[in-house]
Amino acid sequence: MSSTLGSSIGKKLLMSLSGLFLIMFLLVHLTVNSFLLIPDGGEFFNAGAHFMATTPAIRVIEPLLAIGFLVHILYGVKLTLENRKARGSARYASGKKTTGVTWASQNMLVLGITVGAFLVLHIAHFWVKMKLTGDPLLEHTAISIGGVETEVENAYALVNHTFSYLWIVIVYVVAAVGLAIHLSHGFWSAFQTIGFSNQIWRKRLTVLGNLFAILIGFGFSIIPILQYLFYQG
Amino acid sequence: MENSINIKLKVWRQAGPKAKGRFETYELSNISTDSSFLEMLDILNEQLINKGEEPVAFDHDCREGICGMCSLYINGRPHGPDDDVTTCQLHMRKFKDGQTITIEPWRSAGFPVIKDLIVDRTAFDQIIAAGGYVSVNTGGIPDANAIPIPKPEADEAMDAASCIGCGACVAACKNGSAMLFVSAKVSQMALLPQGRVEATRRAKNMVAKMDELGFGNCTNTGACEVECPKGISLANIARLNREFLKAKLQD
Repeated sequence: MSSTLGSSIGKKLLMSLSGLFLIMFLLVHLTVNSFLLIPDGGEFFNAGAHFMATTPAIRVIEPLLAIGFLVHILYGVKLTLENRKARGSARYASGKKTTGVTWASQNMLVLGITVGAFLVLHIAHFWVKMKLTGDPLLEHTAISIGGVETEVENAYALVNHTFSYLWIVIVYVVAAVGLAIHLSHGFWSAFQTIGFSNQIWRKRLTVLGNLFAILIGFGFSIIPILQYLFYQG
Repeated sequence: MENSINIKLKVWRQAGPKAKGRFETYELSNISTDSSFLEMLDILNEQLINKGEEPVAFDHDCREGICGMCSLYINGRPHGPDDDVTTCQLHMRKFKDGQTITIEPWRSAGFPVIKDLIVDRTAFDQIIAAGGYVSVNTGGIPDANAIPIPKPEADEAMDAASCIGCGACVAACKNGSAMLFVSAKVSQMALLPQGRVEATRRAKNMVAKMDELGFGNCTNTGACEVECPKGISLANIARLNREFLKAKLQD
């Protein structure tokens, strides 16, 4: 097993599987976040956040998610360093005129670092406050879940307040666009690495990956923008 | 259309593997646009020899695009500005009168420079020696219907087999990866029944040798596929990944 994961294809397999796992996470995350756009004062979003915080399955997945991120980041850096070494230090004086290679595919590390930097800020904004330090905005509120009155944390108030700052909204939009570009290559590339691609599927996966990237980029941008513009006060 | 052009060459000159290289500039006049790129270099070398200077060392052999010997990174692209041809099939009509042409060797840690424009590509031979063959002598031409092979598979195997091992994929790759080459060599046999017998061993051994020789990890950018003079497809890399992972799962 160590020889498998230590090989070039094995290391890429870890990148691919952790990437696909993170793609699944993004879908769930965007789905819950889309509740923020329901104009009910955050009741539905609070119910969603309460569900995510209390469901046992999510408690198991949360540390897995952290491992997924770590594997993806560490192996991304490791592979890039190895590739720099394999490429050697000599550069072409006449540059690179190869056409048809996407910018995203050549800048995955830079895009990853952008997303990673955002992630630190994002965790400080929400996860730390909700899980560790607490925040006055999170004061309990009563909502009705399926007709039953339940006391939950007012996660909506925290999100709503955070998105009242323009600079935060701008940072979130920039990160969402960076993530979208990252996914425009990462999505099909993950399938190529596990061997699920050929002449026909490459085209399908590229289209699907681009659609997914647009969905994620647009979704995670529009939520803070609309929150800032229309959901304040 | 002009029949001959005057050009300026910027050529990488390096006395030996350890020597420090530099660009030399040469001017050539009256080069026929019908001549091939290598014929143009022959003219340059003849002039250099007549002047008593050291000729430019470059790899070449069949000069018809099938041996995989010629290389050269010309004006920012392996095998020059034309698509799907090797340097020996490149014609001077692809260049303009008065143009400066920069000629460099393949640049990758796996392909160290030997002299001038010649790089050491024996790493590819070592990868082939690690498994890129069928062990049993298959004898004469078998009866066409003895082993039925579907036409699409036969076509794909032939497409993979058109790889001439020139190394343009490595030269174009930002990761110094040899995956396109290795995937073509694994695919041409993995697709045929005669090659299936040793398929798992071949995939494992060739990838292990590729890693051992210090080639990089594929990030699926696809520059190799664009620059490959034989149009080897990235689909082969997906097949190599599949073959390798399947082989490892069977362990």
